[in-house]
Amino acid sequence: MNPPDAPRPALEVCGLRIALPAGSDRPFAAQDVSFTVDRREIVCLVGESGSGKSAIAHSVMGLLPAALAATGGRILLDGEDVLAASEARLRELRCTRMSMIFQEPMTALNPVFTCGDQIDEVLRTHTRLPAPARRERVLDIIRKVQLPEPERMYGSYPHQLSGGQRQRIMIAMALVLEPVLLIADEPTTALDVTTQAQILELIRELQRAHATGVLFITHDFGVVAEIADRVAVLRLGELVEFGPTRELLTAPRHEYTRMLIASVPSLTPKPRPQAAASEVMLRTEGLGKTYPRGRVAAARDVALTIHRGETLGIVGESGSGKSTVARCIAQLVRPSEGRILLEGRDVAQLSTRQMRPFRRHVQIVFQDPYRSLNPRRTVGDSIVEGPMNYRVSRADAWDRARRLMTLVRLDPAVLDRFPHEFSGGQRQRICIARALAMEPELLIADEAVSALDVSVQAQVLALLEEIRTRLNLAILFITHDLRVAAQVCDRIAVMSRGEVVETGRTADIFAAPRHPYTRALFAAAPGRDWTFGGSAAVYAPAAAPVAAGGPRDVFPDTGRSG
Amino acid sequence: MLNYILKRLLATIPVVLVVAVFVFSMLRLSSADPAAIIAGDNANAQQIAEIRGKLGLDQPIVTQFAVWTGRALSGNFGESFFFKKQVSELIVDRLEPTLSLALCTIVISVLIAVPLGVLAAYRSGTWLDRIVMGFSTLGFSVPVFVIGYVLMLVFAIELSWVPVQGYQRLGEGFWGWLQRILLPSAALSVIYCALIARITRSSVQEVLGEDYIRTARAKGLRNRVVLLRHALSNAAVPIVTVIGLGIALLIGGVVVTESVFSIPGLGRLTVDAVLARDYPTVQALVLLFSLVSVLINLLVDLSYTLFDPRIRY
Repeated sequence: MNPPDAPRPALEVCGLRIALPAGSDRPFAAQDVSFTVDRREIVCLVGESGSGKSAIAHSVMGLLPAALAATGGRILLDGEDVLAASEARLRELRCTRMSMIFQEPMTALNPVFTCGDQIDEVLRTHTRLPAPARRERVLDIIRKVQLPEPERMYGSYPHQLSGGQRQRIMIAMALVLEPVLLIADEPTTALDVTTQAQILELIRELQRAHATGVLFITHDFGVVAEIADRVAVLRLGELVEFGPTRELLTAPRHEYTRMLIASVPSLTPKPRPQAAASEVMLRTEGLGKTYPRGRVAAARDVALTIHRGETLGIVGESGSGKSTVARCIAQLVRPSEGRILLEGRDVAQLSTRQMRPFRRHVQIVFQDPYRSLNPRRTVGDSIVEGPMNYRVSRADAWDRARRLMTLVRLDPAVLDRFPHEFSGGQRQRICIARALAMEPELLIADEAVSALDVSVQAQVLALLEEIRTRLNLAILFITHDLRVAAQVCDRIAVMSRGEVVETGRTADIFAAPRHPYTRALFAAAPGRDWTFGGSAAVYAPAAAPVAAGGPRDVFPDTGRSG
Repeated sequence: MLNYILKRLLATIPVVLVVAVFVFSMLRLSSADPAAIIAGDNANAQQIAEIRGKLGLDQPIVTQFAVWTGRALSGNFGESFFFKKQVSELIVDRLEPTLSLALCTIVISVLIAVPLGVLAAYRSGTWLDRIVMGFSTLGFSVPVFVIGYVLMLVFAIELSWVPVQGYQRLGEGFWGWLQRILLPSAALSVIYCALIARITRSSVQEVLGEDYIRTARAKGLRNRVVLLRHALSNAAVPIVTVIGLGIALLIGGVVVTESVFSIPGLGRLTVDAVLARDYPTVQALVLLFSLVSVLINLLVDLSYTLFDPRIRY
């Protein structure tokens, strides 16, 4: 991995130590971390939340928050120690020798300046080029990141572009001065899979063309398999394993790496017993929702059926309408048309008062466990509130809360604590307990595991599976993640642009997707040539490309405004 | 955009109408009789009745309102009971001192408060931040007439840098005008400085936590550029809102300040007119103030489009 014409690595991190402020759960954000990134290679820094991967990236850029400080080691950028550099020198280096792109393209660009102006600002700051030359250079880099109509992009404000386009603008800004090192901090995590595939390809292409070293931070082993030349695995600030991608994936040496790889859900559906024909829990007919201000329908003519004891997955990208459908079914928004039959009775157009007895039957678990619990109430109070609204006595409600805590594998003694005292995974268990406290017939999980680390995700998925069998519950599982869908859903409905384009048994759809959109979705799944879920990953390239030409032909990432 | 402005302007009509009805009836409901005040202490009942008849105050309230509205619509606000002059003339006469005071106050407040607020946000948690915020609390708490008299005592009486009271028209010389307007503006601006500095600080501080500020720093920009170009431009909307609100609220402060510094402006006119139960003048002044408030709010809303490209009407 060390080409002869680049003897000096783009980045060399030796024995880096980053101290955490006193009172943290551990003394160091990074402890004796050493690795290198050569020019022309992509090194992935993998780890779960709290592993210190972002702290390391920020310390390279000299952008650590004031509370953190590198207390030992060296960071050599093309031979120059950035830890020893002055603030002025660091400013000179940023964007000229090292650049960084971030996770959230929606918020990483300044909303009040045009995209062209923001790229131009890099040139204004670091070069003495005259205005016309700068403009040429900006248009040139906009072309290089393959954005359509460079002139229009130059004058566009960030809110007029889609997420993928904004990330391309970020990349253009980072690479316009051809730095030796590009740090990409989860750059595709907030993007749809098809967009992610295109952005990964773009980073690969540009990195090869300009001999850039890339330090790519991710938690996603699919992305690692897709893009990395070498991989460094971090756990709680310590680098536990560092090696070439294929070697590390197929023969992980460290126990923690093996655990991480085993936690990644496999794209091959789990064999599931064919559910016996049980009663229909919920059926929608011609369900549609058009928001008053939008002219396009958020959901159109959606027909779904969920049986008791079954998990139905709705899979789709952002804006596909999957959450709208969930909200209609949970009666959080009123559908514009169609019927929602809950145990045979149409509840779609009931008044708030008529709806009340039915609310209990459908409960929902949301994506972000950090924001879906009231921070000023104990988790016990949050759990008993629902049942007590339905006239369950205080004593019975608390009794139920204690039993549910045991069911979601938490100690009932912690019911009097507040949400901030729990980790993300624990909070999501609490949210599940809160939903179950209403004794629902249908549980909606709206991206309920998407914000969790893979190892925690695996545990929460196992818990949901156990609850479903034990309580014979119907689950509507909404996700953008094909791997997760493959593991937990009996049947799947694929949504695109407000419509269900394909439904069927999970195994059937994964074996032979019929609709071009479904095929594009599969083709874009990162690391699809690898099988995860065991103690080591297995390389098994797909026999033929599933969709000819890849996802871009189906839905090009252009013109969509976010 | 034009549609929006038109809609907003049309919406001012009911606002002004409600204000008009309210002021009209409040004045009529008050116990004092303007005719008695005009007639003086020695007048007998007959003289008072005559004056009342001359002013049209013996008509039913509804008729009075109809007559007044009809005239007001054609721009005639009647003659002042007390000053014996056309109300419109009176107002135009008193406009300049008040406009000078209001403008100077806003300029001083913005020039002092915005930089202080930005600094406090940038150095949040340090002694500088605490001092600025401490003064801001103080500025909120001290009434404007106290500040006015203290400033007068120090700068006019002890140091003799400026005249104690009074006003000189801008037309009669810039220096004399500035000398006389500086002290009252400074006194009045204290509370606005406090308000604007506080809002600037919290608004900039919030923006400083945004992802695009990190992006700006990752581009290698100087702190000054990050702060003034990237942060302040995004923090502008709440700041402008508060400045606009401040202008609308200024009217109350103007009344007090003009009394303290003996400035013959609209504030003094309002006080005199209210004390004399000078109905036509009070009605016209309140209408004018409400119209100004509505228009300033419209201007503030329109100014958002300059600061945030995502806001379009």
